[in-house]
Amino acid sequence: MHEMSIVSGILDIAENEARSAGARIINSVEIEVGQLAGVEIPSLEFCFEVARRGTLAEQADLVIHEIPGLGHCPDCDQDVAVDFFMAVCPACGLGLVEILQGRELRVRSINVD
Amino acid sequence: MCDTCGCNQPPEAVTFRKPGEPEHHHDHHHDPGQPHNHHDHNHHHHHDHHDHGPSRTLQIELDILQQNNMLAQRNRGWFEAKNILVLNLVSSPGSGKTTLLERTITALKDEISVSVIEGDQQTLNDANRIAATGAPVIQVNTGKGCHLDAQMIRRACDELAPADGSVMMIENVGNLVCPAMFDLGEASKVVIISVTEGDDKPLKYPTMFAAADLCLINKMDLLPYVDFDVDKCEQAARTVNPRLEFHRVSATTGEGMDQWYEWLKNRRGDRRTGS
Repeated sequence: MHEMSIVSGILDIAENEARSAGARIINSVEIEVGQLAGVEIPSLEFCFEVARRGTLAEQADLVIHEIPGLGHCPDCDQDVAVDFFMAVCPACGLGLVEILQGRELRVRSINVD
Repeated sequence: MCDTCGCNQPPEAVTFRKPGEPEHHHDHHHDPGQPHNHHDHNHHHHHDHHDHGPSRTLQIELDILQQNNMLAQRNRGWFEAKNILVLNLVSSPGSGKTTLLERTITALKDEISVSVIEGDQQTLNDANRIAATGAPVIQVNTGKGCHLDAQMIRRACDELAPADGSVMMIENVGNLVCPAMFDLGEASKVVIISVTEGDDKPLKYPTMFAAADLCLINKMDLLPYVDFDVDKCEQAARTVNPRLEFHRVSATTGEGMDQWYEWLKNRRGDRRTGS
C-alpha cells in the first residue's frame, strides 16, 4: 500500500541526482530492497511504472537487487537466515538475533544520458 | 507528483483541519477510467533504446526513505528542544485508540497538558471527540494515504503549536503495517491491541510490535466474552520484541489505566530530568 510513497522517494532521488549531473534522461534506476524492508516488490514495480510518467525517468527500467535477511546470534555465535522478524535464534532457541542485513531500501545508482 | 495515483496534479490530497473548520474541496480529479499498461516484465531487463553518446552511471547509495527520516529527525530535535513528549499510537482500526485518548486526557487534565494529532483517511470525527475533552487537536485526513509521515506532522505542529513541557499524542491511521516504516520523530510507538482481535496478532504483524516500546491490551472488560488468551498474546509479542512492556486496560471502565498513566508520567519525568 505504501509502495507509491516509496516510489515517490525513488523518483525524487533519481531526478535530483540526474539534474545535478546535467542529464536529460534517466535510462535505468538501480535499487536495493532488503527482505525485511517491508516492501512488496511486484507492487513497487507496478507503482514505478505508473509514477515515472512525466519525469526524467519516464523511460527508465527499474533494476531491483533483493537483499536476503541475515542475522547473528550472540549466544550460539552463528549467522542465521532471517526472512521475517523473529527475535529468538532459530538455531539455538536462546539468543536474541541481531539483524545484520535485510533492511536496505536504497537507490544504488542511476544510468543517465 | 501525486503520491496516491502518480498523476501530475499537485498533492493536495492531504488536508489539515481543526474541529469546526469547513471541508474545502481541492481540484484534484482522477478520471475513473485512467488506462495503464500491464505488460509482462521481470526484474532485470534492459532495453537498447539509446544509441547517442556514452551513458553515464551515477553511484548514488542513498536511502529511499531518507527524506522522511531527515524530516523525522528534525521533528525529534524540535520536540526535544521544547521538552515535548511525543507518542505515536498505532493499531488496527477499532482497537479503541480514540476512547483511550479521551479517557487519558480527562483523567490527567490537572497534571499534564496534552495536544493531539489525529490521522484518518476522512472525516473530523475523531478530532471532534478529542476537542470535547478540551485538548487542542488537529485532524489530518490522508485521503487515500495509509499512514502519517514526518512532513504531515511538521505541518500539523505548525498549526497546533504544542506548548513546551506538554505531551503530544499522535493517533496514527488505523493500520498495523505501513506506519511502522515511517518515522514521525516520536519518542516512542505505543501499539494498541484489543481482546476482540485475536491473540496471535503480534505474530501476524511482527514489524509493528518490533517497533513499539509499549503495548496496551485494551477492552479487557470484554475478556469474558471472547476467546483471547492474554498471556499467549504477550508471549507472542515477546518473541518479536523481548523488551516490549504490556499494560492490560479498559478505556471504557478504567480498569488498569492507572498503570498507563504512571508509565506516561514516568516517561515525561525522564525527559525533564534529561535522563
